[in-house]
Amino acid sequence: MLTFAGFYGLMALGLNLVWGMAGMINLGLVGFFAFGAYVSALATVNMGAPIPAGVAAASALTAGAGVVMALTTRNLRGDYLAIVTLGFSEVVRLVASNEIWLTKGTDGISGIPGPWRGRVTPETFNLIYLAIVAVFVVAAFWLLERVRHSPFGRVLRAIRDDEQIAAVAGKPVVAFKVQAFAVSAGILGTAGALYGHYISYVAPDSFAPLITIYAVLALTAGGTGDNRGAVVGALLLVFFMESTRFATGWLPGLRPVQVAAVREFLIGASLVVVLRWRPGGLIPERIPRA
Amino acid sequence: MPPLLSVRGLERSFYGVRALNGVDLTVERATITGLIGPNGAGKTTFFHCVSGVVPPEAGTVVFDGEDITGWRADRISRRGLVRTFQIARGVPRLSVLENLMLYGHAQPGERLLDAVLGAPGVRRRESELRERAVAVARRLNLTRVLDAAAAGLSGGQKKLLELGRALMTDPKLVLLDEPIAGVNPTLASEIAAHLESLRRDGLTFLVIEHHLDMIARLCAPVIVMADGRRLAEGTFAEVAASEAVQEAYMGRRKWAS
Repeated sequence: MLTFAGFYGLMALGLNLVWGMAGMINLGLVGFFAFGAYVSALATVNMGAPIPAGVAAASALTAGAGVVMALTTRNLRGDYLAIVTLGFSEVVRLVASNEIWLTKGTDGISGIPGPWRGRVTPETFNLIYLAIVAVFVVAAFWLLERVRHSPFGRVLRAIRDDEQIAAVAGKPVVAFKVQAFAVSAGILGTAGALYGHYISYVAPDSFAPLITIYAVLALTAGGTGDNRGAVVGALLLVFFMESTRFATGWLPGLRPVQVAAVREFLIGASLVVVLRWRPGGLIPERIPRA
Repeated sequence: MPPLLSVRGLERSFYGVRALNGVDLTVERATITGLIGPNGAGKTTFFHCVSGVVPPEAGTVVFDGEDITGWRADRISRRGLVRTFQIARGVPRLSVLENLMLYGHAQPGERLLDAVLGAPGVRRRESELRERAVAVARRLNLTRVLDAAAAGLSGGQKKLLELGRALMTDPKLVLLDEPIAGVNPTLASEIAAHLESLRRDGLTFLVIEHHLDMIARLCAPVIVMADGRRLAEGTFAEVAASEAVQEAYMGRRKWAS
């Protein structure tokens, strides 16, 4: 459970960099996530690469995909960027479903190795993996906090509010956007790779757009702009999804399908409640003091 | 010495409207040159094209001995030509201090790797910029609001911040788009005094303004634009006496009477 919170945390952190700091909405999160998962799965299963190499390749290639994405969408903003990125994630899913020679289509890739899997009990494996994911979350958090409080982050926040001003201030806007997108995509790809090695199986169905929505939701509830908000939001999201799973068991007279619908409903309602009382999220962005 | 800015035949249209119709003008060093003209004369478009925010379609812009025609805005700013905006914009969710420091150039911490690793140059440059920002703020009377978000400033303070941000770039030429529009008279004369003292320090300004008494007091020479062209140039008294200028502002006598 907490491991999943870690995946969502990484995704929310990655999103916070492009959306919270640089103001570019990216609804293709799950596309980058899937891309990373497949890269690492293929590298370790087909090419026999060690797991760390697979994860590193996933980070690097997904960051590269982010660069391509940022360059092709460099003139798009707001809704237009959102729709293109959303399209990207669907393209990734469709390619994974149809390029059977590479991805085994909808059968998915199974038997993805996990660290010490099979040599320790499943419980120990879960604990080890939780620790690994936690390390990645902490590292990503540290990296992004450095970025946020640096002059680089200041330029990103300026681009978010007014690109023209950033340009007049002497900043090459496109270069900044591309770098932000690349780092963000790299984090998402890393999260995807970690997910694959944890579950040991990736298939196109695992990467539905709903995952993107959950990550956006986690960041919105936690507070856009602040990296702590991203982590807190992800923890809350997973806590809430799991607790409603149990809570709905107590509701009498509902069929399982209805129970699932009630969960979605509760999650949506709780976001509305959070944003009604804390429009900036639980940890809203604050302006740094001198 | 050649003029600091020399523009030849600048043209730009928007969907068939010819906003700039072959503008020729020069700005001499260490002057406060006024740029006036009726609404729709193309003054702001001229600023857009010179500062690189909007690329011109024809003509040349030579700045400080270098042809900068069609350069991107960020490169022009780093070269020493910076402009302000008519509607004081600022970056709303940055503090005043950050707004000022944003305009500082040559900060290695704006490279991703140096930012993350915290290269030694980053901190040094950052404290230089901070010092400079505080000095600019002191000069413009913004010290009390350094920590406030730019969005929360009053209209007059926003205008001062526009000027302050421009000064942070260490410019040679500042294009000011209506620096005192909507500012109360006391603050307006303060801003005028700032400009004059900066000019004495060797800075050059090209100022769009509609307050003619400020133009009269501050600007020499004054350039008049109308219909996307330079119409007249001279001292304020000269252009104000010009019949062509009066016509551009008021319409032709025979129709008016």
